[in-house]
Amino acid sequence: MSFFEFVLQNRGDVWFRTVEHLVLVGISTGAAIAIGVPLGIGISRSARLRAPVLGVANVFQTIPSLALFGFLIPVPFVGGIGARTAIVALVLYALLPIIRNTYAGIVGVDPAVREAARGMGMTDAELLRLVELPLAVPVMLAGIRVATVIGVGIATIAAAIGAGGLGVFIFQGVALVDHAVILAGAVPAALLALMLDGGLHLVERKLDWRAR
Amino acid sequence: MAQAAIAFTGTRFAHDGRHILGPLDLMIPPGETLVLLGKSGSGKTTMLRLINALLIPTGGEVFVLGRSTRDWDPVRLRRSIGYVIQEVGLLPHLSVARNVGLVPALERWSADRIERRVAELLDLVGLPVRDFAARLPHKLSGGQRQRVGVARALAADPPILLCDEPFGAVDPVTRAELQREFRDLAKRLRKTVVFVTHDVREALVLGDRVALIEAGLVSFLGSPNDFRHSDDPAVAAFRTLL
Repeated sequence: MSFFEFVLQNRGDVWFRTVEHLVLVGISTGAAIAIGVPLGIGISRSARLRAPVLGVANVFQTIPSLALFGFLIPVPFVGGIGARTAIVALVLYALLPIIRNTYAGIVGVDPAVREAARGMGMTDAELLRLVELPLAVPVMLAGIRVATVIGVGIATIAAAIGAGGLGVFIFQGVALVDHAVILAGAVPAALLALMLDGGLHLVERKLDWRAR
Repeated sequence: MAQAAIAFTGTRFAHDGRHILGPLDLMIPPGETLVLLGKSGSGKTTMLRLINALLIPTGGEVFVLGRSTRDWDPVRLRRSIGYVIQEVGLLPHLSVARNVGLVPALERWSADRIERRVAELLDLVGLPVRDFAARLPHKLSGGQRQRVGVARALAADPPILLCDEPFGAVDPVTRAELQREFRDLAKRLRKTVVFVTHDVREALVLGDRVALIEAGLVSFLGSPNDFRHSDDPAVAAFRTLL
């Protein structure tokens, strides 16, 4: 059976797995933003926190993804078989680019602009809200984009611990040595990555003050 | 200290153990424009930053409106001082109107009042609201940006203006025009101005008094007329640049 025939015959299933995949990536990237942006702001304020936070986020990045999924299974509360464990692992992977780019975006603000803002009597909170964050947005979004695209790829492995998603087809296909089935997972995953990348790139351009 | 707008009293500043400034004793009466003239690295910008508490002296005091900068809440102090610096000082992501209305907005003025104030100020610096309010700084010429910078510094009607080479990056013709307008404006609004420059002509055009700063010390202080006739060798060296 060719790839096209397989997808056509199983379009309901392919669609379901694609949505499942999107949900895995969406929830985990959302959670990583909620955790990573405040951490990025935190390390732009405290040099003491910088090394440990970036260090830990870096370590997560270096653990092979299948191993990380495996390590998490026996962990109480976050572990077990299924989507919850997968989402925790995906969050850990997404953190580094988000933290690092938030930090880089803020630190990269022209010191003269920061000095002018402080000279006008901005408090630290006003400086962050009115100057540093708006100017850092393009860099932060670039980090979110990288995290999302990486997440789409890594989420295919989540099927190994029963989290569903497009990886289900890939693992099935590998087991059956059937390229059509592997492609039914790989092609939608690749398209998803390209679409999210393009979409977030548009958002990035839209929010960039330089484009106005 | 009652009558001085700004007073340096035995002020010193050192950074990382390296002496940069002072000891300085200098009184600036209200309504005066004092120009700090000197080469790069002479300490003029440090003097400005001591006035708005971006730096705190490591010895002596700086009094602003009768109170030491050590005792001021730095945020309150800075909001009563207008600060004009070279073009980078405008916030690049905010429109001209929002840049000018920034300090009033921080002070929680009503939107109506800010809008009226912005219109009034843009008018004052010769930029029609209709054409300029919505523009971003990078869509302006150098001279226009400086006008916006001056308007922004005046927004909350502070009694004091600090200017750090504000007209450094504009062409000579625009520069002369800006200097003339700035001088008239400062006089009309009775602001106390401390103006940093390395340009002798600018110093003599703008200053009620000129202070020559060398290696962190005031080596000459007097009217532009005194400056023209002084036989101090440092002054004479600067005068050759005229």
